[in-house]
Amino acid sequence: MSGAVLPAGRGARLLRNWTFVVGVGIVGFAAIVAILAPWIVPYDPFAIDLDRRLVPPSFMEGGDPRNFLGTDQLGRDYFSRLIYGTRISMVIGVLTVITSGIIGTTLGVLGGFYGGKVDDAVVFAITTRLSIPAVLVALAVAALRGSSFLLVVLVLGFLLWDRFAVVARSTTMQIRNLDYVSAAWCAGASRTWVLTREVLPNIATHLAVVATLEMALAILLEAALSFLGLGVPPPLPSWGLMISEAKEYMFFSPWVIVIPGAALFVLVLGVNLLGDALRDMMGTDLSR
Amino acid sequence: MLRFFLRRFAVAVLVALTVLTLAFMLTRLSGDLAVSIAGPNATAEDVETVRRVYGLDRPLTTQYFDWLGNALRGDFGESYFFRDRVSNLIASRMPVTVTLGLVGLVLALVVSLPLGILAAVREGSWVDRLVGLFAMIGQAMPSFWLGLMLMVVFGLQLAWLPISGADTWEGFVLPGVVLAFSAIPSLTRLTRSGMIEALASDYIRTARAKGLTRLSILVKHGFRNAAIPVVAIAAVQLGFMLGGSVVIETVFALHGVGYLAWESISKNDFPVVQAVVLVLALIYIGLTLLADLFNAVLDPRLRSA
Repeated sequence: MSGAVLPAGRGARLLRNWTFVVGVGIVGFAAIVAILAPWIVPYDPFAIDLDRRLVPPSFMEGGDPRNFLGTDQLGRDYFSRLIYGTRISMVIGVLTVITSGIIGTTLGVLGGFYGGKVDDAVVFAITTRLSIPAVLVALAVAALRGSSFLLVVLVLGFLLWDRFAVVARSTTMQIRNLDYVSAAWCAGASRTWVLTREVLPNIATHLAVVATLEMALAILLEAALSFLGLGVPPPLPSWGLMISEAKEYMFFSPWVIVIPGAALFVLVLGVNLLGDALRDMMGTDLSR
Repeated sequence: MLRFFLRRFAVAVLVALTVLTLAFMLTRLSGDLAVSIAGPNATAEDVETVRRVYGLDRPLTTQYFDWLGNALRGDFGESYFFRDRVSNLIASRMPVTVTLGLVGLVLALVVSLPLGILAAVREGSWVDRLVGLFAMIGQAMPSFWLGLMLMVVFGLQLAWLPISGADTWEGFVLPGVVLAFSAIPSLTRLTRSGMIEALASDYIRTARAKGLTRLSILVKHGFRNAAIPVVAIAAVQLGFMLGGSVVIETVFALHGVGYLAWESISKNDFPVVQAVVLVLALIYIGLTLLADLFNAVLDPRLRSA
């Protein structure tokens, strides 16, 4: 667990680690697609063409070369919507991780650093959070406040901080008593200095691993919420929403749910592979 | 032992009370509950009537303590939509959710225990890596999508199983598989790491030195020790699975507690939503408490915690 020190020559080791290569490849590709979305879509993803509904992908029977992945139930180009969906998943994943990371890390570091009553309160908060059924609460809040892009980020951010807190707390506890922290104290460093310059940088690698796991979870939960109609509102092409809108037609043309679902699966797998590779390198133990 | 039990129990009660308060606050998030209940077509008069009838015109603290007192006695009020006691509604839907949860858990254990043991015994080999990859795939699988895909393949194309509903036991197979998938990755990893730790310990070396057979070492000495955390996590997983049942029950139209919550959310039936959140949280708290006590009974080292 004290493996915060990175092994030498890790660049070379990284490239020999296939999980890292595949993970970075998938996530990097998704990030590029998300950023460049407006410039690479073949069609306007919101443009409805009721004369050309549910056209199969071009490589399937009855497909049209104009629409690589076919069209949806409103005649919108599926490929263009899929590309914009990448943007939604990535942005929600990143923003949620930032929100939950700030909450969880603050709580965890405070608990681990101060110990005693502060720590008791933090552990209590984590226990309480874990006992709350996240999906259900997210759905209820979305229904009460009316769902929007920002609300999804906030709700997920406020629900997914537990693992950040657990890992930040346990790693801070280990670091608190190490020599270099004692040295900083002796050198007359302030509490803020020790927390921000000694503790935080040294637990950052562990938090990076948590961040990937939480990002994967946030992407999955956003899709699930949108699938249930209480996530990202239409006509935004969230992958979960695409599956939800297409499910009426899935028995006749299964590709309508296979395409967005496969994209979701691959992206989440990529984020998880990246996290797994990071964990192997850092030796982070997330079993607790 | 008694001190540990009492301390752990007190924390569970405190967490439960906090969740009770949070559940109350949750429904007040909307700003004005009366407006939400009355619906979009209500006049100002209707809203006032609703406010009076449901007691929403009283001070918030009165409402809170009233609700808290009733909830502690198992009375969650009346559903606006179903015109029935919320406790009756939940009681009538619970069997479906619990059955689904148990089917999912048993399936998950049947898959993850052998896989985890296999991966531990062959640690570092291609078998281990394959099991790891399988866990990774399970973790990345969107459960609602897996559910729909299984419906298309096994319900429609092969026509082996019903597409939705829980009229027969067969209706639980597909949702059970989907639910199991959500628990398999963590259970497999935990079995594997527990087994690796157990196999590296001194008592295994002693058992080997005594000349016991491989199988006897593996089962009697290895697995029995690795099983302790797995059983505990399995209980916690069951709590998580019940909490996550809303998505799967909605996909498969299984009329359990999750589906009830989903219906109530879309109909602004907040007493039900509140109660389901609470009941699922209480089940989770109870299961983790049981798991902790079970662990403490089996492993005295944990009692000081």
